[in-house]
Amino acid sequence: MTELLALTALEAHRAMVAGELDAGEYAAAWRQAAGGDELNAYLWRDEGGGPSAIAVERPSIAPIAVKDIFCTEGVPTTAGSRILEGYEPPYTATAVRKLIEAGAPILGKTNMDEFAMGSSNENSAYGPVLNPWDRERVPGGSSGGSAAAVAGGLAPWAIGTDTGGSIRQPAALCGIVGLKPTYGAISRYGMIAFASSLDQCGPFTRDVSDAALMLAILQGQDSCDSTSVGLPKSPSLPDRGDLKGLRFGVPSDLTGHEFDAGVRAVFEATLEKIKDLGGEISTVSLPHAEHGISAYYVIAPAEASSNLARYDGVRYGMRAESSGDVIEMYEQTRAKGFGAEVKRRIMLGTYALSSGYYDAYYGQAQKVRTKIAGDFKGAFDQVDFVVTPTSPSVAFKLGEKTADPLSMYLNDFFTVPMSLAGIPAISIPAGLAQPAGGGPELPVGFQIAAPAFGEQKLLGAAFALEQGIGFDARPEGVPNG
Amino acid sequence: MAELEAVIGLEIHVQLATKTKMFCGCELSFGDEPNVHTCPVCLAHPGVLPVVNEQAVLFALQIAAALECEVAPRSIFHRKNYFYPDSPKAYQISQYDIPIAGAGRLGDVRIHRAHLEEDAAKMIHVGESGRIHGSGASLVDFNRGGTPLVEIVTEPDLRSAAEAASWARLLRETVRQLGVSNVNMEEGSLRVDGNISVRPAGSEELGTKTELKNMNSFRFLERGIEAELARQRELIEAGGRVEQETLHFHPEDGSLHPLRSKEEAHDYRYFPEPDLVAIAPTEAMLREARESLPELPAARAERYREKLGLAEDVAALLAADPETAGYFEASSQQAEGVEPRVVANWVTGELAAALRQEGDTTAAESKVEPAALAALVAMVQEKKISHGSGKTVLASLVAEGGDPTAIVAREGLAQISDSGELESIVAAAIEANPEAAEQIRAGNGKAIGAIVGAVMKETKGRADGGEVNRLISEKLGS
Repeated sequence: MTELLALTALEAHRAMVAGELDAGEYAAAWRQAAGGDELNAYLWRDEGGGPSAIAVERPSIAPIAVKDIFCTEGVPTTAGSRILEGYEPPYTATAVRKLIEAGAPILGKTNMDEFAMGSSNENSAYGPVLNPWDRERVPGGSSGGSAAAVAGGLAPWAIGTDTGGSIRQPAALCGIVGLKPTYGAISRYGMIAFASSLDQCGPFTRDVSDAALMLAILQGQDSCDSTSVGLPKSPSLPDRGDLKGLRFGVPSDLTGHEFDAGVRAVFEATLEKIKDLGGEISTVSLPHAEHGISAYYVIAPAEASSNLARYDGVRYGMRAESSGDVIEMYEQTRAKGFGAEVKRRIMLGTYALSSGYYDAYYGQAQKVRTKIAGDFKGAFDQVDFVVTPTSPSVAFKLGEKTADPLSMYLNDFFTVPMSLAGIPAISIPAGLAQPAGGGPELPVGFQIAAPAFGEQKLLGAAFALEQGIGFDARPEGVPNG
Repeated sequence: MAELEAVIGLEIHVQLATKTKMFCGCELSFGDEPNVHTCPVCLAHPGVLPVVNEQAVLFALQIAAALECEVAPRSIFHRKNYFYPDSPKAYQISQYDIPIAGAGRLGDVRIHRAHLEEDAAKMIHVGESGRIHGSGASLVDFNRGGTPLVEIVTEPDLRSAAEAASWARLLRETVRQLGVSNVNMEEGSLRVDGNISVRPAGSEELGTKTELKNMNSFRFLERGIEAELARQRELIEAGGRVEQETLHFHPEDGSLHPLRSKEEAHDYRYFPEPDLVAIAPTEAMLREARESLPELPAARAERYREKLGLAEDVAALLAADPETAGYFEASSQQAEGVEPRVVANWVTGELAAALRQEGDTTAAESKVEPAALAALVAMVQEKKISHGSGKTVLASLVAEGGDPTAIVAREGLAQISDSGELESIVAAAIEANPEAAEQIRAGNGKAIGAIVGAVMKETKGRADGGEVNRLISEKLGS
């Protein structure tokens, strides 16, 4: 069984298609592995013979763990929130439907920060997810359950969502690959909205090839999502052997800021590796990128304050008992149903959109966003990719940052600018480093960003770099392929 | 104090008669069982996204073309945020600063803008009051939620309640003839709100306006505006000031009630809807909208006046209803040697009256073929039958249909044109009414009616009224 679990999703797919691997046996092995979840990675698991809505007739694609932000018909979908406790959607998200139609059984729904708001998974109403490398540490967030499931050997691969870094950062903290595609590449239909102009679905995988395979399944225009356009061409599997002729830009406006020495060492070693592989390194300017966090924490809460207004206890989900009128029922339901971080962001967003403050906050933030997108455009005139560390630190301890929302928000420092610009970015594991306070080494992610719809080229470069780095560390007890 | 002039603008919500809702595939309906036309999108389940109904955009473009509005090359949607159970998303998707249609005109009234949005769900308040306050419970019917609406906003160009109601009728007919809405005020597919203020006559400045809602018929629209104008005039003449507020018209007693300020004090926190892209009508869409326009009431009325010589009121009456207009035109074309205005007078006068008696069918739906009316009018015009007999024939046509010539023959209604025959009947009538005859001789012309009546009775209306009058005058020397 360990052998089965050591296969990548691509290897398993090829073996199933060739008739060398029994799909039922393979799926059963993964169901059993998922059943041993000690990380609180899953909120719901298919125990075998799951609801008909998610049954697959001829599986030929590795079973998948799905972030609990994706609606799945007849299967509990909570978005990590108490307010959706017991909610079973009447429909299935387009991304999940595409995976099912491709032949992927659903292993389960993964834990997450409530409504994808968080960078540590400590904002889940259903308890934090533990990092498989060190169970006293966070897996990152908000897609922490998906990242921990893949890194911890509880799923061959998973999908998550990235609004300001929610795929890339947990992938980095868990030592796996996480891809945020171009905004519009994958349908958002059925993905519970946090910040609609930023949210994007993407894969968590063990390697870059698996990410390409899953992207090929997920991408595409969807008539249910007016903002979806798909990719110009279905991505093919990457096979690039070197980085010759490719130019990588380091944005000193971001990397010039202080961050963990261990992370910096791995980042710089990776830049050397790029040179070894024939790539060119230069400095690029993203003069407005450092304001990304400020703009993001206005735009995302503003959209969230509107997106989350529908949770009122009238039609579905939790309803607080109230003896008063409908307004009091709303208030009670939302007071009891939402956690502290969600409430904080609803208040921030409501304020930013208020009459008299709109121009100073939301309007201004949108201007910054346009400037940042312009910065990237300028940078991509000079280089093929922009590279940064994915996260300023390795996985931090549970509870370490919960008292200080601002320091928590800074986890997204390197990932937010790409989200605001709507461009694709991937995090690949680049090495191990000690936490700032010392202790066993933990994974460090390396982020590569490309121009909009440049996924194919991005995957090619990431693949070559991945081969060059040869990262093969795994948490203790997780089979290594 | 100078006389206070009324300044009125209207805001009209038109429910579009598309097949499906504005942002999802649910069918539109009226009067169905509650909550049967719903889906995850219009119930605002988590994760759903709106998709713009293309037919609604085409309908809006037709309205824009009919109102001669400028069309925005890229109009966008906003979210209007508010908590209320009739709004399942807790925001309405509407157009805000860049509507699909800008400045335009209908008749003498300038259009400020027209925009697309979605309707709210229907609230039913259980309890005696029928209103949310004081009701024991409220029910929500989401069938209506998400119905496409076009909101048309006029400039404050109307100067009286009657003018406002009459212009609103013109707008209703215009939209109805586009075929894009049922425009039924009782069913709510047409809702007209008024923005009302007064100012000293001759002043250019606008006074403080109030918004008047819930007038669900043209009669109530006129009455409501009238009442509000009276209230404002009274207030100002007593030295007071009009406060900006929203008033609810109560049709039961014609009274006006301010909506509670708490309900009105909204900060809608508008921001651009991130789930939708801009509406950018193609040249082909704009052309299709223009070419699909039928001849609209205002243009048709003008043609009737200018080209066919119809009186203004008759032209407006006919032009307002495309079916009757079509009937009139078909009949007029077949009425040889008869001026269109004569046929028009028959359609709006004698025929309309006869149809009302017969139970209010329309001319087009009646048994009177346009050709039959044409033949009938021609016979009267050529004095083959009297006007009175014409009405008798018309009554028969309305009841049974058929050919007027045959009816005239069957009923023996051909006009008595033989002077000899008529003379002896007139003589007999004078003899039978000596008092009237005496009065006529004494110079009282009005008394002639009694004798004419007697002649008509005798001839069963077949006598030519002009000839009868001439003969009586001749015999009595008046």
